[in-house]
Amino acid sequence: MSVAPAELDLPRSADESVPDKPWVTIVWNDPVNLMSYVTYVFEHVFGYPRSKAEKLMLDVHHKGKAVVASGTREAMEHNVEVLHGYGLWATVRQD
Amino acid sequence: MFRPTRDGGVSVWLSAGEAQLLRTLVVPVIELLADDRERRGGSGQTPGEPRGETPGGTPGEPRSEAPGEPRSETPGEAALFDELERLFDDTVPGLPEDPVLARLLPDAYRDDSQAAGEFRKYTESSLREAKKYFAQTLLDTLPAHGGRVKLTGDQARDWMRTLNDVRLSFGVRLDVTEDFEEQLAGLNPEDPKFAAFEVYGWLGAVQESLVQALAR
Repeated sequence: MSVAPAELDLPRSADESVPDKPWVTIVWNDPVNLMSYVTYVFEHVFGYPRSKAEKLMLDVHHKGKAVVASGTREAMEHNVEVLHGYGLWATVRQD
Repeated sequence: MFRPTRDGGVSVWLSAGEAQLLRTLVVPVIELLADDRERRGGSGQTPGEPRGETPGGTPGEPRSEAPGEPRSETPGEAALFDELERLFDDTVPGLPEDPVLARLLPDAYRDDSQAAGEFRKYTESSLREAKKYFAQTLLDTLPAHGGRVKLTGDQARDWMRTLNDVRLSFGVRLDVTEDFEEQLAGLNPEDPKFAAFEVYGWLGAVQESLVQALAR
């Protein structure tokens, strides 16, 4: 969703030099979950400000899905575990 | 309905009927989450799921346990054996066959059933326990005959998640879509589904009110 800032000459070719190729947490649209609830969960779980949480919720609602976080695979799997606890339909993917 | 309290919690007044209805709706969700026979018994039968390297019939194969099968172990031993079985079992569980459980315990990977199974193997039981814990909080704080309910912020979030799980269960069973209002309007009040849709709508209003009180 976001573009990385101008990069220095970081090595990009060999996989081993990029140990943490970003993984993402995706939340999928669901006809049951309330919009207010999804917004609240994004604020509470990720600490996002209301405006960002609402924008992500609307992306999920209108586009069918949204990337709500990115980082290591472990961190994204943890996110998904927490989001499943809230009943959100979340998955992990390598970006 | 729900109002925020000064200490970051919420309070609500429930009628006896509302309290009874909530209890009636939450108990089956706990029972569904508690019953993992379906997962254990059904894990080898999902077509199209990669089953790991274990050939059929070896000790590593998950047991297909009949519900009434007598077990001689004590509960502690049974739990230990289950844990050992899981550690040495190199097959991975699939999505639960029950569509409600499949929604409450969804796959963490969409296009990689092996990764989804690995994730499920190590997280599903704790997710079940967490959801049962949230639901039990609701039952434990619900006055039997209605009245004022005061919840801490944590208890309120347990309620919120449980209400959501109950609504997800209804949503799957009733095949609810984004156009819930239209679905309800299209139903004949004589239709057995009508009352269930009304309960689903009421649950949505209760949850909305709780979210608004917590978000303030």
